[in-house]
Amino acid sequence: MTLAAFTGQLLAFIARLITGAQGHWKGCPPMAEQRIYIANHQSHFDLVLIWAAFPHELRAQTRAIAARDYWTKSRFRTWLTTAVFNAIYVSRARSNPDEDPLEPLVEALAKGDSLVIFPEGTRSNKGNPQPFKSGIYHLAEQFPHVQLIPTWIDNVQRVMPKGEVVPVPILCTVTFGAPIQLLPGESKADFLCRAREAVMEQRPDPALVGRVVEAD
Amino acid sequence: MVAWLKQLNSSEQVALLFVVLFGFLMLLTGGLFLNSLRERSSEDERVASQLTWERVRRDLRAAWIGGCMFWVAWISGPLGATLLFALFSFLALREFITLMHTQRSDHRTLIVAFFVLLPVQYMICGTRFFDLFTVFLPVYGFLVLPIVGALADDPNRFLERNAKIQWGVMVCVYGLSHAPALLLLDFPGYTGRGAFLLFFLVMVVASSQIAQEIATRTLRRRPVARRISRSFSMRAWWIGTLTGSVAGALLFWITPFKVGQALAMAFLTAAAAGFGGLVMKALKKDAGVLYWGNRSSITGAVGLLDRIAVLCFAAPVFFHSARWYFGR
Repeated sequence: MTLAAFTGQLLAFIARLITGAQGHWKGCPPMAEQRIYIANHQSHFDLVLIWAAFPHELRAQTRAIAARDYWTKSRFRTWLTTAVFNAIYVSRARSNPDEDPLEPLVEALAKGDSLVIFPEGTRSNKGNPQPFKSGIYHLAEQFPHVQLIPTWIDNVQRVMPKGEVVPVPILCTVTFGAPIQLLPGESKADFLCRAREAVMEQRPDPALVGRVVEAD
Repeated sequence: MVAWLKQLNSSEQVALLFVVLFGFLMLLTGGLFLNSLRERSSEDERVASQLTWERVRRDLRAAWIGGCMFWVAWISGPLGATLLFALFSFLALREFITLMHTQRSDHRTLIVAFFVLLPVQYMICGTRFFDLFTVFLPVYGFLVLPIVGALADDPNRFLERNAKIQWGVMVCVYGLSHAPALLLLDFPGYTGRGAFLLFFLVMVVASSQIAQEIATRTLRRRPVARRISRSFSMRAWWIGTLTGSVAGALLFWITPFKVGQALAMAFLTAAAAGFGGLVMKALKKDAGVLYWGNRSSITGAVGLLDRIAVLCFAAPVFFHSARWYFGR
């Protein structure tokens, strides 16, 4: 086992110990198809959590997006994102106006990899996700055969609120919903709105907590 | 027979205890499994028996897990037992805190609870400083948690937020840490036989719980606290407690106590367990859950608390009364 694989296992183990990292595959089974997981983004911990919730076999070919300026700053960060997570770098600031920020993603999809995307673009710590950025619309347009899986990561903001460094052990779940697709003739705004609603639909309903027949 | 048992040394006696325990579990599992295979005449009966089997299987699995835990705790010695129960405390506290909906400003307090108080309590347990062990959380932990909470500068529902965390720590860490402490107790003339004390505790609690459960099902008495539990009645509690006491008295020979003393201690322990279950139910109702965790649970809680909550209440009571008996 290489050091990178070991680090990956270790990180997944820590994530499971702290959060449980339970994957609930409600709308689709965990399969090695080409997919784009679109998820809400509340904490830096999100990526590790969703990654740990995947079965081991899916991790290698499911790639996350990392901001180039932040994640290539030191050698350790570069190693972590490339060797362990096999992430795709995206530049946040365009160096020249012709550069398409989606290009690395398109490349990865063309190669057959799956992606994890947080379409809000930034972390939101309010209840509902912010409006989605248009990137996923363009990807859905170019790769109509790739399934878009709406994903809700629950409770993670309690594990590590913005500004804290030490995570607190609290159980989290990752719910994967039924795939959505870009409908023929659907406008960009409609699609982004629908995708956001599909993600929000996966949120576990607090009123349903423990809604089972009492044993006694 | 008794003479032969007496001439065995303590580790042989403990080994025999486990042989008997696992042998009994195996017989029970085999018997119940064969019973579940029996042909049923009608469809209704078949469905009913399948449902019963499901429930029995869950209880059996819990018994097996408990038995194995107990065995692993014993063979791995003081260090292993402490680590094992520390892990269980950690998982139970994680479940408790998840369902208690803590606020952002509790973050630092929770870090102290999980990563300072919990390890220190088990460290004290593993090193057998039992005088400090019994007061560390109720005295020092009681003080430290609200201090950290106050430093977070959020007066909003301060008492309520702190009380939740204090409670979680007392039940999941303080209560459960008394189980390995029993294994590690070394009384004069009773060295190396701590496993029997833990076994005594578990048997008393288990028999009282089972008797109480059966009594609630068959008696159908008026519940004393309807809004908390539709099934808890004082008569069922008495039946459970007395059954536990009798079980304890019958097991007196594995403990250093005399019959009457074993009866009294078992009574205290079983009573604490019965009421502890009710208190846990009230907590669950307050948090809006019926089980601490279940298969369809959205929080991903696995129901560990459900299994150990009763023990968490009974263990400190038994531990204290046992130590008091030995006068140290």
